[in-house]
Amino acid sequence: MAPTRLSGGHVVTQASVEQVYAWLDEVPDPEIPVISLTDLGIIRHVEWAGETLEVTVTPTYSGCPATSIINLDIETALRARGIEKLTLKRQLSPPWTTDWLTEEGRAKLEAYGIAPPQPAGGPKHCPRCQSADLERLSQFGSTPCKAQWRCKSCLEPFDYFKCI
Amino acid sequence: MSTLHDFALRMGDSTLILGHRVSEWCGHAPVLEEDIALANTALDLIGQTQLWLGLAAEEEGSGKTADDLAFLRDAWEFRNALLTELPNGDFGRTLMRQYLFDEWHLLMLQALQGSSEKRVSDIADKAVKEVSYHVERSRDTVIGLGDGTAESHKRMQDALDYLYPYVGELFTPDAIDEAATNAGIAPDLASLRAPYDAALTATMAEATLSLPDSRFAHKGGRTGKMHTEHLGHILTQMQWLQRAYPGATW
Repeated sequence: MAPTRLSGGHVVTQASVEQVYAWLDEVPDPEIPVISLTDLGIIRHVEWAGETLEVTVTPTYSGCPATSIINLDIETALRARGIEKLTLKRQLSPPWTTDWLTEEGRAKLEAYGIAPPQPAGGPKHCPRCQSADLERLSQFGSTPCKAQWRCKSCLEPFDYFKCI
Repeated sequence: MSTLHDFALRMGDSTLILGHRVSEWCGHAPVLEEDIALANTALDLIGQTQLWLGLAAEEEGSGKTADDLAFLRDAWEFRNALLTELPNGDFGRTLMRQYLFDEWHLLMLQALQGSSEKRVSDIADKAVKEVSYHVERSRDTVIGLGDGTAESHKRMQDALDYLYPYVGELFTPDAIDEAATNAGIAPDLASLRAPYDAALTATMAEATLSLPDSRFAHKGGRTGKMHTEHLGHILTQMQWLQRAYPGATW
């Protein structure tokens, strides 16, 4: 934290951008709490504009109901860390892609039972038994970002994080 | 109002009304997977509506929000294509309408990615990913049901015959569309017809369905001149909460 002298003459500490990212990495996705907002790759930019912290967020799907909750969670988390002046910006383009999921995020998804996205368009293997003998049940799933698949070896249905 | 406003309103009203129509299936679809798929499609469309109507409201500059435009206008102020307001009918007709809209929607968004207006191309960049997914599903379903049992084939052919006269409106520009084209905001609607026809011909052949010969087109939704009697009924459902409890929020 670098001390900053404000016009009023008092000294405050302004959190570094890296610190803010670290805090945001502790905020879980509201629908898939096993991954954080930074794992999901939706935090596009963090910077200080004078005394105001600007956090730029990109939506995953344009109608995802989690978007407004995510903004609320970001605000709550940063206010709890003492950030007083905060602006949340929405950035649509370039559009979010599952390429922005972190490696750590992909591993967490798989451990949680959700197959991570693959460029080939379907899951690589069953997140439970690793079998590659799979079938798609539905192009859509319990959230806009997922589809439903089933493993034909262990017979368990599972979520697949769609690749977009 | 600016050309950009008028253009964004037309896009947003079509996605809003279709999104609402599709959402009427929630909890009523023939199987769970289809219920989820319909709800997800509706959700995408309503999300895109927030972007388009948000842009229209911004251009209007009177402090209104996307919600104000969605919930506080009456039928004659809506600019959606007639196709989107038609009743759902059976599951087959709903998916046929979705397919006929999705193919147009995809071509439109692909063209809008090159819009001279960044706020438009930004929305198109986002929406095109979702709509590519929609058309994949609606196309597969039209083929599956068209080339299915005798009963499903008949229902899909009936749906196509009923809906096809509402397709032409999507490709018929008026003065507002021409202004948007001249400004580089949007493509010439008529230019989308050839690739649309090619896609439909291929799909219907695979679905063993016959495209009607007549190009007769019902018009009046996008211009607001004459909606069908169905739009007012949609609004009574969609708007009742804001009408009964003005300004209510979560």
